Amino acid sequence: MIANYGYTDGSGEYYISINTSFCAECQTHPCISACPQGVFEMITDDYDEPACSVKDSFRKKLNYTCSTCKPARKSSESPLFLPCVQACVNRAIKHTW
Amino acid sequence: MILDFPQLISQWETLPVHVFTAHEKGEILTIGAGTASGAVSGAIQGTASGAVTEHWKWPEQSNVDLSMDWKKAARITAGIDVGSVSSQAVVLLDGKLYAWSSVRTGSSSPDSALKALNQALKNTDLTLEKIPYVVGTGYGRVNVPFAKKTITEIACHARGANYMGGGTIRTILDMGGQDCKAIHCDEKGKVTNFLMNDKCAAGTGRGMEVLADLLRIPIQEIGPLSLKVEEEPPPVSSVCVVFAKTEAIGLLKSGWPVEKVLASYCLAMAERVTALLNRIGVEKDFFITGGIAKNIGVVKRIERILGISALNSALDSQIAGALGAALFANALLEKEERGKS
Ligand code: SF4
Ligand code: SF4
Repeated sequence: MIANYGYTDGSGEYYISINTSFCAECQTHPCISACPQGVFEMITDDYDEPACSVKDSFRKKLNYTCSTCKPARKSSESPLFLPCVQACVNRAIKHTW
Repeated sequence: MILDFPQLISQWETLPVHVFTAHEKGEILTIGAGTASGAVSGAIQGTASGAVTEHWKWPEQSNVDLSMDWKKAARITAGIDVGSVSSQAVVLLDGKLYAWSSVRTGSSSPDSALKALNQALKNTDLTLEKIPYVVGTGYGRVNVPFAKKTITEIACHARGANYMGGGTIRTILDMGGQDCKAIHCDEKGKVTNFLMNDKCAAGTGRGMEVLADLLRIPIQEIGPLSLKVEEEPPPVSSVCVVFAKTEAIGLLKSGWPVEKVLASYCLAMAERVTALLNRIGVEKDFFITGGIAKNIGVVKRIERILGISALNSALDSQIAGALGAALFANALLEKEERGKS
């Protein structure tokens, strides 16, 4: 399943997309410890599969939360530079902005 | 001469006398404006008890299939969807729809859940105690005390839509009371991709209720009225429900007829939700759930923008979440029974 967490507001679209079909096979969930803000958590989804998810408390403020990581990405011009994206070897995490 | 509220707003500044009347409890009964001779008057009419008509209030509904006998059913399950604006209950007998209701959510989620279930069962002698498996869903799902399990509204809407519209449905748009969801599912109604926007009430049922109250038009009439324009106006520019309300007042004051303001608002709502849908892509067949699916003015505009028609269902679009929850309950109870045998 592809889960998109985030929002659209007057300033843009801020979604983190997670392809959770990789998460069941992932043993160590490195995305969780890689995020300095603690955005991610492991949940059991509605179909009883383990899945990485964006915590409820962050879903409406992602632009603000991720702002500390984003300048680094801009300077490198590579989305892989984001700690969460880099940590997931399956490339299951994507940002829309 | 009695004016309706939009007419009054548009003429407000040209009329020299403004009148407010109140009954003894201090509640406003009438707001009026007119000439010194009183030639023009009236606007919001209250009742004798002081209550002002609430145009946003949609009718609560329920239905039971009396051709079915719950006493003959091997499995009785229920789904309860407690949303921010409305709550629904659906009861299934062996996986088939038996009874449902759609009521307004009150200040307490547990009370709203019970009210919805009681409303669904009101013309039967089936009681909660005889329903072995209940699944709760929706915004208030964790507060359904008699639910054995909670499941997100995303999974429940997909499953409910699959039952209502069939296995060919691949894209679902749920326009709820305070959020909007775009969902892709497979032939079994299992979610494959989803996106939800609950940050802002624009493009949701609550936004439409605010408009109904502002224009003093029963909420069910907004969609048909919005289609009575000869030419489609530009959409209201504000995406925020508060600013859209201010903009609507400004348009009325500038002389726009009510139909044109409604068309502009419905179009803005349609553009907003289609942008959400386009983020995950739209695959046929397409289905709309939630209260706004009943607003033909928004639905027709969504269809026009996307270039495809939404599938119709004989069932009420608002019960999709509760129906999906009841279907999950049916499958879970079956699994439990298999585990025991
Ligand atoms: S690292 Fe990637 S695959 Fe592993 S849990 Fe996180 S998102 Fe899922
Ligand atoms: S960009 Fe940074 S703060 Fe945002 S989710 Fe990724 S690691 Fe966490």
